[in-house]
Amino acid sequence: MNTALLHTQAARPPGWRGVVADWSSDQRAFKGASWGKTMMWIFLLSDTFIFGCFLLAYMTVRASTTVAWPNPSEVFALEIAGTNFPLLLIAIMTFVLISSSGTMAMAVNYAYRRDRVKTTALILLTALFGAAFVGMQAFEWSKLIHEGVRPWENPWGAAQFGATFFTITGFHGTHVTIGVIMLLIVARKVWRGDLDQERPGGLTGRRGRYEMVEIAGLYWHFVDLVWVFIFALFYLW
Amino acid sequence: MAAAHAAAHSASHSASPTAHEGQQHPVRVYLVVWGWLFVLSLFSYLVDYFHLQGVLRWGLILLFMGLKAALIVAVFMHMVWERLALALAILLPPVAVLVFAALMAIESEHTLWMRQTFLGVGD
Repeated sequence: MNTALLHTQAARPPGWRGVVADWSSDQRAFKGASWGKTMMWIFLLSDTFIFGCFLLAYMTVRASTTVAWPNPSEVFALEIAGTNFPLLLIAIMTFVLISSSGTMAMAVNYAYRRDRVKTTALILLTALFGAAFVGMQAFEWSKLIHEGVRPWENPWGAAQFGATFFTITGFHGTHVTIGVIMLLIVARKVWRGDLDQERPGGLTGRRGRYEMVEIAGLYWHFVDLVWVFIFALFYLW
Repeated sequence: MAAAHAAAHSASHSASPTAHEGQQHPVRVYLVVWGWLFVLSLFSYLVDYFHLQGVLRWGLILLFMGLKAALIVAVFMHMVWERLALALAILLPPVAVLVFAALMAIESEHTLWMRQTFLGVGD
């Protein structure tokens, strides 16, 4: 209880005074956040720079080319029963990913309530949504490749379209895939009771604890967050 | 809201013998944010569906993008409940990316101008 109290935030000054107090406390600077969570945040920050640089490279080549950029609204249209729906597949992918973010948030919530069954079910549902997203992305890739899009050329306009498309969505899809694998591992840990029994993990030997679900959730929400930017800047722009 | 959270926190701490540094908040908060994310995504899709153009188009796209990103980071990733020291350490550095983007926007304008002027392409 004492250690728990140490980490509660009530005893510490809030706001800017808190920032100064935390950084000058001659202990760890990030109060209330374990090192595991802090490191995940720092990793996500570095990932932000990677995706940020991809997106601004895309902005640079798109803004500096004299050749017309292919219209994403038409390129990513889906024809159903003779009618063309602009960006339909992308819209579905967006909704699937947001759904998965919601189920992940609920999983974290139930994890801290020590509800093993609901937590496992929600994590598996999140992984299922993620797998569905990757599946739809594979479909989209093969459709575009079939239509003649390559990293160096495409039938509709600026050659840079393919290079940026495959790099950005490919890197994001890889993140989703890694996330799905990570979620399956965490789901197994929760289901077996590893987190309740604080059983050491096979890879790091660290004791299982329910915060692992929240840290896994941070990564998953970040993947959704990146998609928000890709959706807006690549598909809608 | 703050009082409710404080109560929830103390309840969770006294309820579990091994209290971790967990974040626990009412389920309703998550559901409301979840709903808003769907609504905002629908709005951004409609921007494309109705073929809005010009300032209105990219203004709305950026607005909905920013709101969605803020909701995900603040609530789903619990940043609004973390200490300000952590929030600043994580949220301030990406400003450098925005500066970089601004520099490259200027740079690409210049490149485009050079190509149009000296390569005799485009108009």
